[in-house]
Amino acid sequence: MFAPVYFDHNATTPLDPRVLEAMLPYLTQRFGNASSRHEYGRAARRAVDEARQQVAAAVGAHATEVVFCSGGSEANNLFVKGAAASMRPATIAISAIEHPCVREPARQLVREGWRLHEIPVDAEGRLDMAEYAQVLASPAKIVSVMLANNETGVLQYVPALAARARGARAWFHSDAVQALGKIKVDFRALGVHALTLSAHKLNGPQGAAALVIDKRIELRPLIAGGGQERGLRSGTENVAAIVGFGRACELAAAALDANASRLNSMRRTLERGLSNLGARVFGAAAERLPNTTLFSLEGMDGETLVAQLDRAGFAVASGAACSSASPEPSHTLLAMGVATEIARGAVRISLGRGNTGDEVERFLRTFADLVQHLKRMTAMAV
Amino acid sequence: MLKFPIYLDYSATTPVDPRVAQKMIPFLTEKFGNPASRSHAFGWEAEAAVEEARADVAALVNADPKEIIWTSGATESNNLAIKGAAHFYSGKGKHIVTLKTEHKAVLDTFRELERQGFEATYLEVKDDGLVDMDQLRQAIRKDTVLVSVMYVNNEIGVIQPIVEIGELCRSKGIVFHVDAAQATGKVVIDLQTLKVDLMSFSAHKTYGPKGIGALYVRRKPRVRLEAQMHGGGHERGLRSGTLATHQIVGMGEAFRIAREEMAAENERIRYLRDKLLKGVSDIEESHVNGDLDHRVPHNLNVSFNFVEGESLIMAIKDVAVSSGSACTSASLEPSYVLRALGRSDELAHSSIRFTIGRFTTEEEIDYTIDLLHRKLTKLRELSPLWEMYKEGVDLNTVQWAAH
Repeated sequence: MFAPVYFDHNATTPLDPRVLEAMLPYLTQRFGNASSRHEYGRAARRAVDEARQQVAAAVGAHATEVVFCSGGSEANNLFVKGAAASMRPATIAISAIEHPCVREPARQLVREGWRLHEIPVDAEGRLDMAEYAQVLASPAKIVSVMLANNETGVLQYVPALAARARGARAWFHSDAVQALGKIKVDFRALGVHALTLSAHKLNGPQGAAALVIDKRIELRPLIAGGGQERGLRSGTENVAAIVGFGRACELAAAALDANASRLNSMRRTLERGLSNLGARVFGAAAERLPNTTLFSLEGMDGETLVAQLDRAGFAVASGAACSSASPEPSHTLLAMGVATEIARGAVRISLGRGNTGDEVERFLRTFADLVQHLKRMTAMAV
Repeated sequence: MLKFPIYLDYSATTPVDPRVAQKMIPFLTEKFGNPASRSHAFGWEAEAAVEEARADVAALVNADPKEIIWTSGATESNNLAIKGAAHFYSGKGKHIVTLKTEHKAVLDTFRELERQGFEATYLEVKDDGLVDMDQLRQAIRKDTVLVSVMYVNNEIGVIQPIVEIGELCRSKGIVFHVDAAQATGKVVIDLQTLKVDLMSFSAHKTYGPKGIGALYVRRKPRVRLEAQMHGGGHERGLRSGTLATHQIVGMGEAFRIAREEMAAENERIRYLRDKLLKGVSDIEESHVNGDLDHRVPHNLNVSFNFVEGESLIMAIKDVAVSSGSACTSASLEPSYVLRALGRSDELAHSSIRFTIGRFTTEEEIDYTIDLLHRKLTKLRELSPLWEMYKEGVDLNTVQWAAH
C-alpha cells in the first residue's frame, strides 16, 4: 500500500507504540473512575498520579503543580481567563504571534474591561523587547508569550521575558505545546508562573494536556463540577489518555538530545535543498525548533504546492492546522512584516521522530520536479 | 467463574466495550491525523471519521448531526450549555432554575453564575426523587432564562418528566437544558419530539472512552450560546481545541451499539436488577431510595437501616459499589440527593448504590445477594442500635449523651 510521508508533526504526531501499550489496559480492564473508592477506582487514581509524576519530571516541576485538562487549547484558556477572573480588569500582554487559543481568550477579556496589548515581533519573529518593557511598565498584570511558534518554530527567550515580568509583578505564562519533546523545557529554569503542555504533539494521544502552574497563582476554574484537579478542572479524569501523556513525556525526555540532533541534521539537509531552489525560509536567522521549516517560493501559491505535494505523497501544511480551513494568510508571517502575497505562498514542513534522511532526500527531488513543472505551466499561461 | 471485585458501579463509569476499543485503535496508530488538517489525507481521513461518529451520536437521540458539538465530557457540556446560554440570554433576564438533586457539574456551574450576578432557584424534589411540576411552574418568573433538569439521576436512577418540563419551558420561551449523561442507552431519547434545547452527553457512561462528550444544540428553533473555550474556531466556534479523533470514534461506536442493542440489553438488566431488588427486599429495614416505576433498569439504591454505609461497603468489598456519586465519594457527607428526598441522615448514611451493566452476570447478582445477607446479619449483630430497635425501643425518643 502507498503510505504518504508525514511531514506535519506540528499539527499532530503519530502515537508511539509504547504509549499505546501503556494506554490500552485503561480502556478495557482497568477502567475505573479515578474518584471511585473501590479497587477499580483506586487503580485508576494510582495511574493518574503516576502520570502526573512523569509529566512533572519531564519539565522539572512538582507533581502537585500539574493540572490535567483536555487539550492545549483548554489549558491556555484556563490560564488566560482563569487568571483574569481572579483579579480586577487591568492590562494583559501577549505576543502578536500567539496561537489563537491564547489570542482569542485574551480578546474576550477586552469585553470585560481589560486592556490588551499585542506585542509586535521583528522580521525574524522575535519579540520586540523595547515594546515589551514598555507594556510591562504600563503596568501589565498578565503576560503570555509562547516558547516556540507553531508555524515558524522560532523560539522566544522566555527566561529573560519571565524574569522581567516577575520584576514588574506580572504573571507570566508560556504556551510550550510545540516545544515539549523537541527542546529542553524546564519549568524552574524558564522562571514562568505557568506553562501549557499537550500530549499529542509529542507522540502521545489527543485528548490530554496540562497546565503546569505555580501554586501561588490564583486561578478561577473554567469548568466547574466535581472538583477534580484541585478544583481547577472538574470532570472525570481521562485516565487512558493521561496515562499515555505521562508515558509520552517519559519517552520524549529520555530521547530528547538524540532526537533533537537527528531532527536538526535532517532539517539542515532540507533547508539547504530548499535554498538551492530559491526558497525563503522564515525566521532562519532566529533560534528555532529543530524540526520546523516554514518557507515560500516566489510566485508560487502555498495551497497549490501543498495540494501537489499531497498528490506526490508528502503530507505538509500551508499553515496551522486549526486555521487551515480559512484562506487567510498566516498571522505569524504578517506580524513578521511579510507581504500578504508571499505569506500566502508559505508551506510548513514539520519533521518528527519517524522521519528519515531518505524521506527528506526524496522530498527534495520531488519538490524540485514539481517546481520545474509549475514554473513551466506558469510560463505557458503567460 | 466469578472475578473479584464484582463491578456494580456502572453509573460511575463503564468499561470500554471491546468492539469500541477495536474501532478506536486504528485512530491511535496509522490513522493519527488532525481532523483540522485540510492539506493531506491524514487530516481528511480523521475528519471523515469524526463526522461518521457525529452522525452515530445524533442517531441515538434522533437529532441532526449538525446539532452535535464535541466536548471533553458531560461536565464540560453542562458548563458550556448553562454558562453559554445564561450569558447569551442575560439581556432577557438573570433568573435560572434547577433541582437540588442535580449532578455537581450543574450545581457548581449554577453557583458560579450566582457569583456573576445571576439569581438561581434550586427546587426541592418529591419523596420519590421526581420534580414537582407545580413547584416548577411557580418558580418560573418573567426573567427566567434557563431551566436545567437532568434526565436520569446518577444516584437513584429516577427519570424526570422531560416531556412535561419541555412543554412548560417552550410555552414560556425559556431555554431548557437536560443533562443526559446517565440516560443514553437506558431510555429512548427523541429530540424531534422532546422540547429540549440543549442536552449533555458523556461517552464513558455508555461503554465509550473517558474524555469525550457532546452537547446537543437545537437548530430549530435555534438556541444560541456563548462559547466558553476560544481559539482555532473548531465546532463552529462553539468549542475550540484539536478534536481527539480516537475518542470521538469511540463515542460514535458506543452510541451506535447502544442504539442497536439497548432494547434487549435493558430487558436483561432489568431482570437482574429485579432479582437483586427481590433479594434485598427480604432483608429487614431495607428501604429503596427513589421511585421504582420512573427509573432506569440499571439502578438500585437501598438504605440498610442501623448499618453504617461505609462499614457495609468495606464488609462487602468483593463487590465494587458506591455510597453515592463517584464525584463526591471523597467526602464523608451523606448524599445530598438522598437528603433532598427527605431521608434522615442515618438512612442517607446507610445507602448503597448498585448499578448494573452490560457485563454483569446473574451469577454475580446471586453472589451479591448472598453476601449482603451474610454481612448485614453480622454487622447488625454488632450494632447496639439494632439491638435496641429489636427490643422495641423507639430510637427517636432516646436522649443521647453528648461526648
